[in-house]
Amino acid sequence: MSGAATNRAIEAVWRIESARLVAGLARMVRDVGLAEDLAQDALVAALERWPRSGVPDNPGAWLMATAKNRAIDLARRQTTFERKQEELARDVGMRMAMDRSEFDAAVDDEVGDDLLGLIFTCCHPVLPREARVALTLRLLGGLSTPEIARAFLVKESTIAQRLVRAKRTLRDANVPFEVPGGEELAARLPSVLEVIYLVFNEGYAASAGEDWIRPALCEEALRLGRILAALAPDEPEAHGLIALLEIQASRGRARLGPGGEPVLLLEQNRGRWDLLLIGRGLRALERAEALRGPLGPYGLQAAIAACHARAREAEETDWVRIAALYDALAQIAPSPIVELNRAVAVGFAFGPESGLELLDTIAAEPTLREYHLLPSVRGDLLAKLGRGEEAAAEFERAAALTENERERELLLGRAATASAERA
Amino acid sequence: MRFMMFMYPEISEEEWNPSAEDVAEMSRYNEELRKAGMLLSLDGLHPPGEGARVSFDSEGTSTVTDGPFAEAKEVVGGYWLIQARSKEEAVEWASRCPGKGCTVEVRRVFELEDFSQDVQEAVAGA
Repeated sequence: MSGAATNRAIEAVWRIESARLVAGLARMVRDVGLAEDLAQDALVAALERWPRSGVPDNPGAWLMATAKNRAIDLARRQTTFERKQEELARDVGMRMAMDRSEFDAAVDDEVGDDLLGLIFTCCHPVLPREARVALTLRLLGGLSTPEIARAFLVKESTIAQRLVRAKRTLRDANVPFEVPGGEELAARLPSVLEVIYLVFNEGYAASAGEDWIRPALCEEALRLGRILAALAPDEPEAHGLIALLEIQASRGRARLGPGGEPVLLLEQNRGRWDLLLIGRGLRALERAEALRGPLGPYGLQAAIAACHARAREAEETDWVRIAALYDALAQIAPSPIVELNRAVAVGFAFGPESGLELLDTIAAEPTLREYHLLPSVRGDLLAKLGRGEEAAAEFERAAALTENERERELLLGRAATASAERA
Repeated sequence: MRFMMFMYPEISEEEWNPSAEDVAEMSRYNEELRKAGMLLSLDGLHPPGEGARVSFDSEGTSTVTDGPFAEAKEVVGGYWLIQARSKEEAVEWASRCPGKGCTVEVRRVFELEDFSQDVQEAVAGA
């Protein structure tokens, strides 16, 4: 292998192993910042050694043993670690003596818990949301600081600072490195789910031709979501989130037109939806539904997405079920946007008058006053009722509110059509 | 990106059914792929002798040949479809497969963006 090829191979090993490595070390040293430093030291050692010796048979075990040796060196110099030292030495000695399969068997059970512990630590509620996102991508995704900066279109120094501060906050707050148990797990899960969903949406919002790292965030979020569902299989919302992400990602190819303009869900060419991801999403949703209790907010959104995914043509959409699901969502996670979507679904399911009636109940909502979709949906429903003049006025109002040029053209076009139909 | 990993077992059809021990080892590997969030799908295939081949001549006329087949050098025994961040990462995963006397071929799956503009438009028009 050439030097460059070896470096790429090391990078690949790093991508696969770094999260487990940091997680295992964090359990030992109880500090994710220190664990990351130790893991980085091991990487540096690998970069020095492997181009000459070749990549070892079990690179993960090599990296872990090297990092633990560093930890022991460090412990020897730090009296506070004195008591830990003996334990560490024994641990490492034992692991080094084992062959590959025994090593794998010994760590297999712990690895899952360690990873889950790392996920919960990175997404700890003491951290602000953007710090949680950066730390998760860094420690679980193995992304470098410049990559995270590019992905979120912010300066590298901003991310670097965010990461340093996050690790300090965790240390100062004495956040224990552990998987929260029972009720606490359920209470802390939303902050993990939120981070993964945010990473996905950031990637999904990227347009074609942008830096590859932005759309790659979608794949990273899918990967994290799948890991979470595999490690916390009893949590319905973990399956609900990954179901939602798989189904949303299945439409990736169909959601943009040839000129890069967004194509609305009901107008998409369903032949371009990714059947593999739809199947994965539907199965994840089934797992969420099979667990105890009613669906949570992610599970319900996944169930709504699944209604669209199951319809081979837009006309086959089960709007009655979608309306019912929005109704359930409005009860556990009420928001004006959910109400707006509910009105759309009710309009399709039970006729435009019913939709309009529902819309009137939220029209006064202050957060929707400047929101262009409210008049746009109203215009839609009015047009269906043949009230062309009123519809045109709503579309014009929506056009004035949107900041998207293409959308404005679209809305003005609809306004023209609506008033023409009246005549 | 997505990669297809094809397993070429290099065994005769008589030995096609793996032992419980081999299956257990392979299941562990599959589980590792799944827990790493990499696995999209996987399947094992019945031996080629139970299948059929449909070949087309240069005029596009098809001929069906049922198994078993005389020459059987490289036959696919199964596949994994994984999501990886680079070819090197896919190759690293392939090399962790608990295989003996077999070959795992790693192939990147075409994405729409890999095609030229006119091909992309042909797909969009379909």
